[in-house]
Amino acid sequence: MGRYVLRRLLQMIPVFLGTTFLIYVLVWAVPGDPFAGKCGERDCPDSYVSAMREEFNLDDPVVVQYGEYLLNLVRGDFGRTSSGVEVSDRIVETFPVTLRLALVALVVEAVIGITAGVVSGLRNRGFLDSLVLVSTLFLISIPVFVTGYVVQLVFGLQLGWISPTVSTPTFGGLIVPGLVLASLSMAYVARLSRASISENRRADYVRTALAKGLPQSRIVGVHVLRNSLIPVITFLGTDLGAFMGGAIVTEGIFNVPGIGGLVFRSVQTKEGAMVTGLVTVLVLVYLVMTLVVDLLCAVLDPRIRYE
Amino acid sequence: MSEVDHSGALLEVEDLRVEFRTRDGVASVLNGVSYHVAAGETLAVLGESGSGKSVTAQAVMGILDTPPAFVTGGAVRFHGEDLLRATPERRRVLRGSGLAMIFQDALSALNPVFTVGFQIEEQLRVRLGASRRDARQRAIELLDLVRIPGAKQRVREYPHQFSGGMRQRAMIAMSLALDPELLIADEPTTALDVTVQAQIMDLLAEIQAERNTGLVLITHDLGVVAEVADRIAVVYAGRVVEHADARDLFRSPGHPYTAALLESLPRLDQRGSALHTIRGLPPSLLAVPPGCPFHPRCPRARDVCRTEVPAQVALGSGRVSACHFAEEVVSGG
Repeated sequence: MGRYVLRRLLQMIPVFLGTTFLIYVLVWAVPGDPFAGKCGERDCPDSYVSAMREEFNLDDPVVVQYGEYLLNLVRGDFGRTSSGVEVSDRIVETFPVTLRLALVALVVEAVIGITAGVVSGLRNRGFLDSLVLVSTLFLISIPVFVTGYVVQLVFGLQLGWISPTVSTPTFGGLIVPGLVLASLSMAYVARLSRASISENRRADYVRTALAKGLPQSRIVGVHVLRNSLIPVITFLGTDLGAFMGGAIVTEGIFNVPGIGGLVFRSVQTKEGAMVTGLVTVLVLVYLVMTLVVDLLCAVLDPRIRYE
Repeated sequence: MSEVDHSGALLEVEDLRVEFRTRDGVASVLNGVSYHVAAGETLAVLGESGSGKSVTAQAVMGILDTPPAFVTGGAVRFHGEDLLRATPERRRVLRGSGLAMIFQDALSALNPVFTVGFQIEEQLRVRLGASRRDARQRAIELLDLVRIPGAKQRVREYPHQFSGGMRQRAMIAMSLALDPELLIADEPTTALDVTVQAQIMDLLAEIQAERNTGLVLITHDLGVVAEVADRIAVVYAGRVVEHADARDLFRSPGHPYTAALLESLPRLDQRGSALHTIRGLPPSLLAVPPGCPFHPRCPRARDVCRTEVPAQVALGSGRVSACHFAEEVVSGG
């Protein structure tokens, strides 16, 4: 296991280099003046442009630029934006907010999704089963930006039950955006657990457990659930990674000061240093999450052994 | 033992009827299966695939998949108590401690994500309230009993880390955990190779002798039957067509189907000659032929066989055959 983890960590290096290089090239090497529009209506003064070109090594070949950037990253220096803000400061500000939002979404997705999946998977074609199938289909077919705006409009503005935007990004304040962010995945989790449960409850080992005279609650709660949750956990794990980087729409609607909104604004204003810095962090998060998921699977399913 | 009174029997199955209600119609899977087993006795239930051997066992255990399977009639008496009329909770309590089952394919019958030890221990902990440590100790003893080498270490391993034979031994150990009075072994050796088959059968026979357990051995293997069975129930199309002492049955079969089965055995003294087969296929349970279900394949079939279901004919010494011409058959006529 130790060797496996080490090998996986080493494999992360080329993946990390490849993705960061790609994003670096995309941000800095595309045609167009990176400093156009930075000085309002006027053209930027030559002195500013040359200072910036110096700051970002823009006169070097792109590979050299990237090398410089990497070296700085290793030293913990994410660089500065064109207005002189430390990128790392902004990441430290926004990352905890997004992490909180992602965790809220994960809990919502896991609790509601798995419960709905188990309940409907245990009975065939009952009312509850149909209810889960129809409601998940409904959720799956609506894009998040629609769900988000509808929730905001109905519950925030018309009924006034919730604050339409997030004023304080605490766990409590993030429940509604978390629900919206989780809605789609929640439906997938419900369907995945439903399929998994209804397949496993017909398995031979369930009949064995029955023949052993175990109570139904234990057969379902221990034998069926443990086997059924393996694919669900895999999905949840990768989804947590996706939540961290992919909450742009939800964060935008509810005005959550998280990484998603920051990425969006940075792309719009062509803040190259900010975009590369954020994407680098997100790539790292994703890589670590996949490794955690793979290791978790080996814990849940003893047949998976990593050499 | 007399013909009708099996009051000494541990398990008595009487006229058991089960049907499967499927989208394609109702299949009568069991059309009156009767057999009985006493403590310390081995009853072999012999039949082709799909004849209803396993369904009978599952109905006896109370673990049929309902739906599609429904018990529509008959009785299953354990110590005289009709299990079909018992409460679900009463039946659950009897499973494992009164009647236990050994399944055919131990790899899929054991839960892949729990250790073998856990799966033995959970019965002791849930059913008897044993402590974790006592249950572990008992699990090791049980694995020792079924002669799994290094039981202390293997108790912590998962089913996929066991070989086929070892898995079946573990399965047997699991079935013995609550000290059942009756074991139902559903083709326990079918998934194993021949040498391992013999070891498992020896183990079962030994355990049975030691504990005076009743054993219902479900099999399609005449060789296995000949070695261990005291009595044999031959099942065809959901009916017991012959029920007899093993020795009697092998000496002179009392039903044409039994006779055909025995003839189909390869024999060392008939090298070079073609193997006997039973022509035709077992009937579809959605459309069992009228009359005797075996008549389309029976060399002795006459008109009466096509129209009338044969009654159980008593042939003496507890022997029963469901053939219009049972006496003729048994006397070799």
